Amino acid sequence: MLDVLQSINNFLANLLHLNSYQQGIIILICVNIIAVLGMSVLTGFTRLFSFGNAGFMSIGAYAAAILTTRFNVNFLLAIVLASAFAGLIAFLLGSVTLRLKGDYFLITCLGFGECVRVLFNYTKNLTGGSAGYTGIPGYSSMFFSVACTILAFYIAWRFIHSKYGRNLTSIRENEVAAEAVGINVYRFKRMSFVFSAVYAGWAGTLYAGYLMYIVPSSFNLTKSCELITTTVIGGLGSLTGSVLGAIIVTVLPEIFRSMAEYRMLLYGIAVVLVIMLKPSGLYGYKEFSFKRMILWFKNLPQNMRNLPKKISAKFSGKKADPQAADNGGSQEGGQS
Amino acid sequence: MAPVLEMKNVEKHFGGVRAIDNFSVTLEQGKIHGLIGPNGAGKTTIFNNITGIYAPNSGQIIFDGKDITGSAPYKVAQLGIGRTFQNIRLFSNLSVMDNVIIASNLDATYNMADAFVKTRKYRAREKHLKEKALNLLEVVGLSDKAGERASSLPYGHQRKLEIARAMALDPKLLLLDEPAAGMNADESAELVNFVREIKERFDITILMIEHHMDVVTNLCDHVTVLNFGKTIAVGTPEEVKSNPEVIKAYLGGE
Amino acid sequence: MFLQQLVTGISVGGIYALLATGYSLIYSLLDFSNWAHGEVAMIGAYVALVVSSSLGGMPFVLASMIGIAGAAIVSYLNERIAYRRIRHNNSPNMFLMIAAMGLSTVYQQAANLIFTGKYRQFDFRLPVSTVQIGNTYLGVLDLASLVITAVILVGLIFLINKTQFGLNVRAIASNPYAAKVLGVKVDRSVASVFLLAGGLAGVAGILYGMKYNIFPTMGNVGLKAFIASVIGGLGSVPGAIVGAIVLGVIETLVSAYVSSSLRDFFSFALLIVLLLVKPSGLFGVDVQDKA
Repeated sequence: MLDVLQSINNFLANLLHLNSYQQGIIILICVNIIAVLGMSVLTGFTRLFSFGNAGFMSIGAYAAAILTTRFNVNFLLAIVLASAFAGLIAFLLGSVTLRLKGDYFLITCLGFGECVRVLFNYTKNLTGGSAGYTGIPGYSSMFFSVACTILAFYIAWRFIHSKYGRNLTSIRENEVAAEAVGINVYRFKRMSFVFSAVYAGWAGTLYAGYLMYIVPSSFNLTKSCELITTTVIGGLGSLTGSVLGAIIVTVLPEIFRSMAEYRMLLYGIAVVLVIMLKPSGLYGYKEFSFKRMILWFKNLPQNMRNLPKKISAKFSGKKADPQAADNGGSQEGGQS
Repeated sequence: MAPVLEMKNVEKHFGGVRAIDNFSVTLEQGKIHGLIGPNGAGKTTIFNNITGIYAPNSGQIIFDGKDITGSAPYKVAQLGIGRTFQNIRLFSNLSVMDNVIIASNLDATYNMADAFVKTRKYRAREKHLKEKALNLLEVVGLSDKAGERASSLPYGHQRKLEIARAMALDPKLLLLDEPAAGMNADESAELVNFVREIKERFDITILMIEHHMDVVTNLCDHVTVLNFGKTIAVGTPEEVKSNPEVIKAYLGGE
Repeated sequence: MFLQQLVTGISVGGIYALLATGYSLIYSLLDFSNWAHGEVAMIGAYVALVVSSSLGGMPFVLASMIGIAGAAIVSYLNERIAYRRIRHNNSPNMFLMIAAMGLSTVYQQAANLIFTGKYRQFDFRLPVSTVQIGNTYLGVLDLASLVITAVILVGLIFLINKTQFGLNVRAIASNPYAAKVLGVKVDRSVASVFLLAGGLAGVAGILYGMKYNIFPTMGNVGLKAFIASVIGGLGSVPGAIVGAIVLGVIETLVSAYVSSSLRDFFSFALLIVLLLVKPSGLFGVDVQDKA
């Protein structure tokens, strides 16, 4: 099974002239896309905030590592089981913590993520502790990771564009009104939480299968913050935006290697600016469409002419129009 | 015929304050009942007790033969009580259409697998949801605005959209919290016709909170007047208007 | 031995309390957790470090004052430039929190670029000696930090309960719209609270730097303070102080008697269990979203 995937991967890599470094970047992009898609469903569509998703990633990674090495479980089955396990933990955690309000919920997520990391460090017999877990089979080839990402995107897309996604969005928009039209807010919040944990776990399994070696400190609070940062930059409430955000955030530091140490600084600045000036991010509240892109390019000269005016309007902040500020996205669409 | 809603001796306290004191009401099928009284009289608190946002300290609320005292808000809504809010609560960033579709989520009887592979059942249900929503928007006169963002609608239209959204639950009872707030005389006259039309067409019962006396007089079959959580008068709008206690509450109350 | 641990715990808790009260004050006004607060403390410590080491002759107390002022100014600028704008956009509260998270990243990374990750110390050192009371030995630093913290916190409580400024703050906390109608200058009071909270954070940063080291990620102590304010109940200043001391003592005792590597595990586990029993912390009020 692994052999077949490997030969398809080699064939594709030859065809596209990708060396192993480039393949590695693509795999990391895939890992980030899947984790960020989970975050996007949770934060962008449900407006729940989790600083614990790196914890779910580590649960997926360690579960897959242990299943494949100690129990010789087939890697596909291991990925499914490990992701489901992350989801199960989220279900149990969410069942008790999702009744808490706002920041109280948030701190329990954060605490959960940190507890998981401390535990993985502490249980040396099972996880190798801070020295890490080695000998994981390298199942995450480029081809396999891309295939997983496409599947993950498709599932997330269908999820969001059915009644499930609509119900989550209604919770984001107004919890009281959502309850008043018969939506069990608690249940759907938990569904969203589990969904994001399964995706985080899934991303973790791929990460483990790529590096073949994992340490608890890769899944710390900074990693959780990075996931949120990427989601915000990509655009809250847009799956395509999240994909784009994950690609940019992973690829940019590779292109500008000399800038690598400024990476997190620049992301921090980007997040603050996005939230202040264009809270909907790159593609907030709507999805990428080719039609709109063509329109946008058609209007490009005019857009460019208007740009200085728009920027000065944004910074002067005089235009006290909350609607426009809230949905800056619609102005970029090309109808201007 | 059994009443649609019956509230028996309902009490709700906040700290030491009795927000509602021994409140009882019986709503007959197909009637419009008004709740009036000065600000802070406890009208919205009554709505919140019916819809499960608050659980009453004592008393009983029976809807359609079932005891719903203290039920969760979503359960009350699923049983068939739709409501609007005093300060409008739409799903602002979503389209007008989606606002209504979300409210008919009970009609979306497919499961996750159906949604992932778009089975025939999924497509049929989604088609039904769209038609139902369009139909409702047609009734409230917003069908040409279906694609617009809810928050971009003018105030009056937002109120109508909230009613359409509540109607998407196929409710037996509709609770309207100050539907004419912020409207001028012409607009509230139009609202009277509109509410009456909705009531006739869907054969529902309505409980409404309203300050505009002309709206109350024109619409309501029965009225309960509250002051500081206490019921001070019950009767037809005409009877209530001439009640000296009511006049005192309105003139001296604030 | 136990008494010694207890005093250390309370003095650590005091440092948490200086930060935790800032979290609470800001939360009570704006309903969001100012994630960048720990980094404000870090900046205070670095400013004091730079001033005291580059201007050699300057007394440490003066350098500390400048550090505290620096922290207060950064805190004020966060509000003035970022948060106020977001509030005026009518954005959901979560956006304030995201911005705070972004700012915290920015400060932490900037400190890392400017000062490198090296652990630094103030030139100024309190005598490492201990005071003997009965048969226990107490660190001078711990005692000094305890006294400073206690004085400041008493002053803070006085400020909130007995002055016009405190009255304004409490009015905004209970109802910003009503406060505005009654003539309270909301934006100005909020900005003052950020100045005040920033100053407290500066003190905390310098004390923390004296006790341990100064390093770019020392702002993570803000996390502990955040936990403390959650234990006490978000938005409650007395709650934050109690929560901070409880947390400080528990951490010290767990490190001493159980295992220092499980210290954080215990704090978080305690927090989660507490919230399950008391969903709004020890002193928090359960605010219901009124329809």
